[in-house]
Amino acid sequence: MFKKLMLLKIALFLQMLVLNVFAQQESTSVLESEKGFFRLSYESQLNPIVINQMHSWTLHIVDVDGNAVSDAEISIGGGMPEHNHGLATAPSIKTVGNGNYQLQGLRFHMMGHWELELTISSGATEDTVVVILDL
Amino acid sequence: MKLPFLSRYSRSFLGLGLLLAAGLLSWLFLAYKPPAAWTENELRMISSLSLSSLPALPLDASNKASADPLAEELGHALFFDARLSANKQISCASCHKPELRFTDGLDKAKAIGQSRMNTPSIVGLAYSPWLYWDGRRDSLWSQALSPLEDPQEQASNRMYIARFVTEDPEYSRMYHSIFGELPDFSDRSRFPDNAGPGLKTVWYSAWEQMSKEDQNLVNETFANVGKAIAAYERLLVPAPAKFDQYADALLKDQMEPGDIYSNDEVKGLRIFIGQGRCMECHNGPLFTNFEFHNTGIISYPGDLPDRGRVDGLREVRKNPFNCQGEYSDRDPSQCLELIHAREGIELIGALKTPSLRNLAGTAPYMHKGQIKTPKESLEHYNKAPLAMIGHNETDSPLGLVSFELRQLEAFLMTLQAPLEIEQRWLQPPQ
Repeated sequence: MFKKLMLLKIALFLQMLVLNVFAQQESTSVLESEKGFFRLSYESQLNPIVINQMHSWTLHIVDVDGNAVSDAEISIGGGMPEHNHGLATAPSIKTVGNGNYQLQGLRFHMMGHWELELTISSGATEDTVVVILDL
Repeated sequence: MKLPFLSRYSRSFLGLGLLLAAGLLSWLFLAYKPPAAWTENELRMISSLSLSSLPALPLDASNKASADPLAEELGHALFFDARLSANKQISCASCHKPELRFTDGLDKAKAIGQSRMNTPSIVGLAYSPWLYWDGRRDSLWSQALSPLEDPQEQASNRMYIARFVTEDPEYSRMYHSIFGELPDFSDRSRFPDNAGPGLKTVWYSAWEQMSKEDQNLVNETFANVGKAIAAYERLLVPAPAKFDQYADALLKDQMEPGDIYSNDEVKGLRIFIGQGRCMECHNGPLFTNFEFHNTGIISYPGDLPDRGRVDGLREVRKNPFNCQGEYSDRDPSQCLELIHAREGIELIGALKTPSLRNLAGTAPYMHKGQIKTPKESLEHYNKAPLAMIGHNETDSPLGLVSFELRQLEAFLMTLQAPLEIEQRWLQPPQ
């Protein structure tokens, strides 16, 4: 009985560690596109991101070799899959240079699970990064 | 002390008994607070609803008089002044009655004529990027201009109002201090008594005969009248209600504050943030996301279903008094809400989420007063009927039973509070 409890405690501790790592990843992580062509990192003007506030993000895109992708065209989609609706706004992209882009006009109007789909095309390559947000 | 008539065992029992009695007595005198039975995520949600989380009163960058104390005074006077209407009997306050939390208690507003929509409250609207049920205006000041010229509401015209405000001795003095130089409308050949675009034929044709510069001067003055009214309206914010007391006490001590909420109210709150899915739209400290949603509200008897935001977006984009227009004080590239307004079929029949604060004082509900009581409203969302036009976003019934709906209603009734403002602002200026 005691052994079982100990095992349970260890399992819970390990789970906590894993969860913590994930929680930290949310703000700093580098996300890989679905087919692996691009890697994207982003920084939000709002930290933490809160609902009902208009704000922008700075995106940074690199290719598989880590070179900045500066000629990307990015289209934005997404929404809340659980609620079957799209984004509350129509965000737009402004190219800044050196692989940086400004994603303007984001406002999330509900708490919960959001998915932001950024479809990146550069030359003949097109790939999608899904940014997951739990607000 | 010796108690020879009691055996040793009896004495131990007596000791235990006394201890127990003391424990029971202290129970009566010490307030018992059971630990909060809320998860961390639930506490986060409750905190997000509390007025303590409300950001500072925002400035409207499209209105340079937004926080000017003199504009607040002028706006206050204009809000209650019926002389701005065609028949001199209707002021803003005729429909936005302070004693009814700035609503009128009617299904659809009645002013000079019969309005198309239910009078929404103004309280807390300084935080809203969109005005009207369908968001056809994007600032308090551009909204304030509409009823002045609406033939069913105040039925006046911008030429008359611009002259009235800048020629009245009291108003012109305040106007001059706030907006600078007073316009000169004394030349009747250039500035007729009544004129305005899109209004009744004589007024419209009088407007068409004016030069572009003169029209512009009238528009600018008219816009300033709206900006003063908006400065007053911005001040109307709710004060903390019983819910805020509960939330703040709960979050401070992480303990159930036993003496604020009844069991039903606690359970109602739990449903509100959980199974009721209310927070999908009624979120934030004002209990609204100020966004547009189709929730399958049945149209008013005899009326076609309203197209809602689809029409509102088209109208706000072409409105000359919008954030990007020439009468706005904002850099057009900074009008982010207007620039990034979304389109799409989701917006057919979608209307703006109203605040739930002071729900009890603001019946009837919905954009045409179709729903008369909070209870009926909860039953509507519990059933989630098909929309008459577009698609009901809340398309799955909630499955709440009758006592749960009652608890939810009990919770909603804890959102009552007066306004966070001195009484003098709620009546005509002396």
